[in-house]
Amino acid sequence: MMCDDAGLLMHAYLDDELDAAGSAAMARHLDACAACKARYETYAIMQKALSEPTLYRRAPDALRARWSTPAPAVAARPHAARRRSPWVFAAAAGFAAAMLLSTPAWLHWLPARGVGDAVVAQAISSHVRSLQGEHLMDVVSTDQHTVKPWFEGKLDFSPRVKDLAAEGFPLVGGRLDALEGHSVAALVYKRRLHVINLFQWPAEGTASAQAIAQEHGYTVIRWTGDGMRYVAISDVNEGDLKQFVLAFQNEANPAMTR
Amino acid sequence: MPTEPNARPSGADAARSERFEAQVVPYLDAAYNLAFWLAHNPADAQDVVQEAMLRALRYFDSFHGGDVRVWLLAIVRNTFYTLRGRGLPDALHEELDDDIHPLVDDAPSPEAVTLLAVDVGALQAALERLPAPLREILVLRELEECSYKEIAGITGQKIGTVMSRLARARERLRNELTCRPKEVRRHDVR
Repeated sequence: MMCDDAGLLMHAYLDDELDAAGSAAMARHLDACAACKARYETYAIMQKALSEPTLYRRAPDALRARWSTPAPAVAARPHAARRRSPWVFAAAAGFAAAMLLSTPAWLHWLPARGVGDAVVAQAISSHVRSLQGEHLMDVVSTDQHTVKPWFEGKLDFSPRVKDLAAEGFPLVGGRLDALEGHSVAALVYKRRLHVINLFQWPAEGTASAQAIAQEHGYTVIRWTGDGMRYVAISDVNEGDLKQFVLAFQNEANPAMTR
Repeated sequence: MPTEPNARPSGADAARSERFEAQVVPYLDAAYNLAFWLAHNPADAQDVVQEAMLRALRYFDSFHGGDVRVWLLAIVRNTFYTLRGRGLPDALHEELDDDIHPLVDDAPSPEAVTLLAVDVGALQAALERLPAPLREILVLRELEECSYKEIAGITGQKIGTVMSRLARARERLRNELTCRPKEVRRHDVR
């Protein structure tokens, strides 16, 4: 490979967009050519710097409020009804309001579906809650040999903890969580700026195929294997999350590779 | 027994906006981030996103599957350039890219980049100084983490164009970071 070609291809290499042959050729060239290697490293530093979260601008609350149905609007409705309605209606409206108010917000997202979807909804709730404030991690460590023992005595099972940094999913920590009334282990992985939560708890039954669900921009992948149930959730795209699941399964049990 | 005294304006419309809220609104942050970096300021960015969301809602019925984020970001981008009162930037900025951009770069010291890159302020200023087509591609790639294919879908370019423009954008950004002494801020205010 000539340096001219390398100048363009090193960007695709940096972005992991080269095919296997291209990557190998690029790696060889970088090994051989100090000048290109230096340029490549500069770009790698810049890329890392650009992933600094403060550069990312999140939508202001005012804008978000304009495009989301706020919970108070639901509560306000029955008041309007009460003014106009006789007492019988008012009582009915009050009951309806009580129902609406006592129903968790996620039930509106998922009206009357199967049990499996309740897990999806709970996983989304847990994932979202984990991202608020300081709830993400009880134990902060990139070392699987620190994270795994931390769960000891806190759960009645031993979760599988894998380091997937080599596959681009560094482990950053773990915490205790609850799904479907079970205490579950939540492992926290990252995909660049994105958080992936992997929940696991013991389950009876044999290994089952993956189920993939998409809700509110989150992807949820569930599967059962080795006597454990797993739920992985993130806002990374579906392909990335599938790759994560595959990496985790590969590590855990090569026989399960699909 | 009377049923609900004031039934919701249910039916197709309610189901549609519910679907919109579930599928499109989660990408509001992505929409705003792109709009912010294109428009340079929060007020304009809000206007762009508001207009883009209205358009998205209007076209929502014609959206059949595919990647919602790519679809929405393409609308944000088009909305921005339309509101700016000029067409898409491709033709406009091609020559500008090639002019300013020397093909061979006499590499500045990597240490300078390292020092500057950790300074988020300098990085942000350098990013803001880039021409829009170079800035948008860096924002899509590094901040939104779009794949080349997704960027091609959003900007309507070929993947080869995405790759070469990204190379230019990075090279230009690096020059902004290293070749410009910190005291010289002539072009900071555009």
